Amino acid sequence: MINAVGRELPDYLDGFGKIKPFNGAFATLPDMPRQSPKVKRMCPGNHKVLNDLEEVFTKIPIRDGMTLSFHHHFRNGDGVVNMVLATAAKLGLKNLTVALSSVFPVHAPLIDHFKSGVVAALDTNYISGPVAAAISQGLPARPTILRTHGGRARAIECGQLHIDVAFIAAPATDCYGNINGVSGPTACGSLGYAFPDAEYADYVIAVTDHLEEYPLSPISIPQTRVDFVVKTDRIGDPKGIVSGTTQITKDPVQLKIASLAAQAIKASGMITDGLSLQTGAGGASLAVASFVRKMMRETGIVGSFALGGITGYLVQMLEEGLFKKIVDVQGFDLEAVRSLAANPNHLEVGAGFYANPFNSGCTVNQLDCVILGATEIDTNFNVNVVTGSDGIIMGGSGGHSDAAAGAKLTIIVANLLRGRLPILVDQVMTVTTPGETVDVLVTEWGIAVNPLRNDLLERFKTAGLPVKDISELKRIAEDIAGIPQTNRSQGKIVAVVEYRDGTIIDIVRQVPK
Amino acid sequence: METAQIAHSGTLESNDIMITLSVRPPGSGQQIEIQSIVMQQYGDAIRQTITDTLNYQGIIDIYVKAVDRGALDCTIKARLLTAAARAGFKLKEDNDL
Repeated sequence: MINAVGRELPDYLDGFGKIKPFNGAFATLPDMPRQSPKVKRMCPGNHKVLNDLEEVFTKIPIRDGMTLSFHHHFRNGDGVVNMVLATAAKLGLKNLTVALSSVFPVHAPLIDHFKSGVVAALDTNYISGPVAAAISQGLPARPTILRTHGGRARAIECGQLHIDVAFIAAPATDCYGNINGVSGPTACGSLGYAFPDAEYADYVIAVTDHLEEYPLSPISIPQTRVDFVVKTDRIGDPKGIVSGTTQITKDPVQLKIASLAAQAIKASGMITDGLSLQTGAGGASLAVASFVRKMMRETGIVGSFALGGITGYLVQMLEEGLFKKIVDVQGFDLEAVRSLAANPNHLEVGAGFYANPFNSGCTVNQLDCVILGATEIDTNFNVNVVTGSDGIIMGGSGGHSDAAAGAKLTIIVANLLRGRLPILVDQVMTVTTPGETVDVLVTEWGIAVNPLRNDLLERFKTAGLPVKDISELKRIAEDIAGIPQTNRSQGKIVAVVEYRDGTIIDIVRQVPK
Repeated sequence: METAQIAHSGTLESNDIMITLSVRPPGSGQQIEIQSIVMQQYGDAIRQTITDTLNYQGIIDIYVKAVDRGALDCTIKARLLTAAARAGFKLKEDNDL
């Protein structure tokens, strides 16, 4: 069958099940009750602190075929996933599903667990490093499910991703399982991506290297949902968890793109009181924030909130009074951690609150503007952030599709050429975010506006912005670089790309080594 | 014409190409070896540019090693011509392919 973005999909996929095709960003309605985890009790005098992970495995007990979940706020400094899976391997477990919200190079030991059959499947929102390459080569027994951040919350809350045991990497906890992310040696800030796991898993384990006196404060994940606490020597490497300061790009081309993007936001009439904004932590995306900041200062505008992955730059804007609130699902640097701990206007929210399309309202719906990147974009404005143009997995949606769907104005910023490769193509290798949710593409060669947004086109023309048809931008790229040859793999399906509503927007096929 | 045995041009910076030429005895023909970060998309185009440039310049017996970091056609041509000049080939100046 062919879905609404023109992708050919099988009706059924072994190791995954029946495929429900993507049918439009808001076309699929929920038709299920919310998930309900087991009811528990804890008698007075009982304790939660266990000696080691092995005791957790035997006590629950964790059996073959179960789904273990993890959050990714420790990024490339995470030690918990590898520790837990090493324990599973030692105990001879097989056929586990790992539901880890994002995978980083530090998680390379997963590859051996795929090979030995300890882990049979991966369920995630973003993959970088050697695990991505291993999946592209078809290593795990079952296809990988690539979700969005909001879609993962939806899958957990609505019952498509049942978690047997959630392991929460806990920067600080107490003996009764209260958890926060703002103290201890591995402080990472918001724990938002772990909230659905903690709320809906059958068992929840806090893995920590920092026990505080009961009761811990503040509390991000409460004792009422945590079954056991395990203290180990070290749960992560702070150097891989948070960076010092996130820097704005100095690349002149990226600065030009960022400046154009900021002018586009202004021309769209959004630089007014109450502005809400999401930017990524990437250089160009953050540079847009710096140009917007200048405009806000000059005009005395006060925004309502900044959303998403939070950097020190956004914290400065909060403290300067340019935004009234920060809504934080993930902190990227030490300033974000400090601000979350100290500032009551810096809110910690869960992945469902942030972006789940199937609840009574998520925060991306309140966004005026989001700035996003792209690996490829096609002439229908569909964006690929999952695979490189060689078809090998190198990323994932994360919150890309969610923010694009929610925001009134979705801007993609990208160099027209990356190395020699045009980012503008007839058909992206892997559709991640549908073109109907993308409004504007800003490149160093000009701005293209989605034909669905003629209102914006008129505003941009009036403002004198360098507007071009998207086909013309593509022609410019090909005049410079030549027309690239594309080679689509016909190999087995190694991953399905799930849109935030649970439908399948594309598939990824095996690429030979 | 005096030719050196080996000549280089270019760098391994992004968007550049490193060309190494090694002059071969008459009758050896052109042997071209390419490594590229965009092999799948532009491998054939890079080979075509190198072959066309060598043929136009009448360079017949040569080994070319090209390590490409995403160079555009004009860069590939310029680096190849520079390497050829360094190897001692007398170039036609109107190399506009």
